[in-house]
Amino acid sequence: MAIGWYLVVSALIFCIGAAGVTTRPNPLVILLCLELMLNAANLALVAFSRMWGGEDGQVFALIVMVVAACEVTVGLGLIVAIYRRRMALNVDELNELHG
Amino acid sequence: MSPTTFGWLILLFPLLGTALIGLSSRRLGGRAAGWIGTGAIALSFACAIGALIALLGRSEAHRELGSTLWNYDSTVGVDASLSILLDPLSVFMALIVSGVSMLIHVYSVAYMDSDRGYSRYFAYLNFFVFSMLLLVLAGNFLLLIVGWAFVGAASYMLISFWYRRKTATRAGMKAFVINVLGDVGLVFGTFFIFRHTGTLDLLGTFRDVPHVFTHNQGDLVAGCLLLLVGAFAKSAQVPLHTWLPDAMEGPTPVSALIHAATMVTAGVYLIARMHPLFEQAPAAADVGAIVGGATLLIAATIAIVVTDLKRVIAYSTMSQIGYMIMGVSVGAYSAALFHLMTHSFFKALLFMAAGSIISAMGGEQSLDRMGGFRRALPFTFICFIIGGLALSGMPPFSGWLSKDDIIAFLDHRGGAFEVLGIIGYLGALLTGIYTFRMIFRAFFGKPCEQARELEQGHPFHAEVPRNPQTGEEEDTDVGFPGPDHHIAERDWPMKVPMAALAVLAVVGGVLQIPGVDDSIARFLAPTFADSHLVRDVPSTSADWLGLAVGAAIAITGIAIAYRIWIVKPGTSTKLRERFAPVYTVLVNKWYFDELIDFLVVRPAQWSGRFADSVLERVVIAGGVTGSVTGIVRAGSAAVRRAQTGFVRYYAALVVVGISGVALYFLISSSG
Repeated sequence: MAIGWYLVVSALIFCIGAAGVTTRPNPLVILLCLELMLNAANLALVAFSRMWGGEDGQVFALIVMVVAACEVTVGLGLIVAIYRRRMALNVDELNELHG
Repeated sequence: MSPTTFGWLILLFPLLGTALIGLSSRRLGGRAAGWIGTGAIALSFACAIGALIALLGRSEAHRELGSTLWNYDSTVGVDASLSILLDPLSVFMALIVSGVSMLIHVYSVAYMDSDRGYSRYFAYLNFFVFSMLLLVLAGNFLLLIVGWAFVGAASYMLISFWYRRKTATRAGMKAFVINVLGDVGLVFGTFFIFRHTGTLDLLGTFRDVPHVFTHNQGDLVAGCLLLLVGAFAKSAQVPLHTWLPDAMEGPTPVSALIHAATMVTAGVYLIARMHPLFEQAPAAADVGAIVGGATLLIAATIAIVVTDLKRVIAYSTMSQIGYMIMGVSVGAYSAALFHLMTHSFFKALLFMAAGSIISAMGGEQSLDRMGGFRRALPFTFICFIIGGLALSGMPPFSGWLSKDDIIAFLDHRGGAFEVLGIIGYLGALLTGIYTFRMIFRAFFGKPCEQARELEQGHPFHAEVPRNPQTGEEEDTDVGFPGPDHHIAERDWPMKVPMAALAVLAVVGGVLQIPGVDDSIARFLAPTFADSHLVRDVPSTSADWLGLAVGAAIAITGIAIAYRIWIVKPGTSTKLRERFAPVYTVLVNKWYFDELIDFLVVRPAQWSGRFADSVLERVVIAGGVTGSVTGIVRAGSAAVRRAQTGFVRYYAALVVVGISGVALYFLISSSG
């Protein structure tokens, strides 16, 4: 199978993720969409790695997974903290850092 | 041990004393701080004697020794090092400084006994002696300047020792400011000389001077004149003398220290030390001689009308330093340094005796309120008389031999110097008058209340301690003088140094009697070996003629004082009325304070106010700061709009931005 299809799928997943991050107000969904974007990148990495026959891309994909796990931990922790303080789970309302 | 080892030890002990007393001041009870300080200076004095013996053990040609502890820096040809110079001149000065300071320390042990700042006082005092010793032992210009500045700082701390007394703190500041002016002169003078010689080392400079500089070369004269500014500020010569009478605000032993051993003699030492420079630039040396002559006359005339006991002695110091400056400037090195030595003996003695009287008066210093202390303070009286006779130059006291030695040299050089010689004799006449005016007013006449009480055996105590200058009420806590006063008759630590100095003031002259003994000139000869003026000395008969004239003048002066204040007590009032304009000028100290105020202080204040109201407020605060903050504020207001606080908006921007960058690279790489 040509590499092109893998990349198309990867780009598609990435775009879905990006669209979700920019349009959805719920932080839980944003985190899920971020995961989509990361996994899109993973898919591209693994595809390229297969194409060249090396294992660098695979290793990178593993590292990305580790980072993603960490990131989700922190993100979920934040969401729980926000929920415990009885604040709205809506990123549009968490805008106190405006200039 | 070699002389230089002794030299380092001379410096070490006072420094250790300062550190020890300063760091453990709270733990030292009673008089411990005083005795530690005294011990430090005594050890230093012992080392100075050791240096003298070690130096005398060497042949005359090998008596100039330098020693370097380490180099600070030797880049770009600046040979800055921690080095001392041991030669007859520096050893001579170190002996006087440490010896007289030691006696003053002993005196202070009792005199300052009840003061709450007792250990602080001795820490300062040791530091003062250390600075002066550093100054005289310095082997290069750098260390000389350091010592010079330390002396100024130490004098500031001691003059304003009673720091809650406004007059004292003001006097300290005045002394410090004028001394810093002198420091600046010294630094610039050094630059002028260093530019040509390329070395900071004193011996190296003196070796180079005849080859590098031509006779009276402009830069050398400028350098020497700037050195003179330093010397004048430190030695209280006209017009930089106004700090010295105000420095009387410090405790009396401090006045003794400043006037006798340390500080004011520094200018004389500087000119003597730099004699190869001054002999190559006679124009600058002449300025020194003229200023010295002017100072000795101006100070002597003021001393006749001043009513503050300590200030009379202060003006007499200025006058005597004038003789020394005149002497070293014209080449009478050994005579001037001899006078420096005898002067330090009798001036320290006079101050110690004055301190005893002031204690008996309960802190009061005005001659107008004193009188008749002769029977109440017999020991102080004898000491004061001895000091006074030595000061006014009565034979056979030490001051007679030393002062007239300088004048004889001036007369010998002839020409215009003859005029300075005559000024010297005039000054000697005035010295006799003001010295004995002081003695007659304080010790003779009707006993004042305090003197009568003391005769009954009760030392006087003021009901409320007051500032003798302004009459303001004070307490006796730290920052003001302590509650008890000590007189020499009852405290042996005061009595012993006074007795020692009295003996020295009488017999100190034997070290140099024309035709009989010239120990000082012979001892100092290696230092001044390269001088062409030093060999040209007056004959013994001319010397004795000068001494005879000097003695006659001293007796005349004392006789005039006797007539004015003892035989016809109202004469001084009549004279004052007859010569009212002269009296006004003198009592206002020739208006020097007002002149400096007009020429320096007011323009400085005016420019300060101008800088505050125009430069600071309009130009800096309005123009520079205002425009910069305006630009930053407008810019940030524009950029702030982008920060909406919506996370999704930021995410969209990142996506769009990265997509844009990726697109750009795709397009550019494919094209």
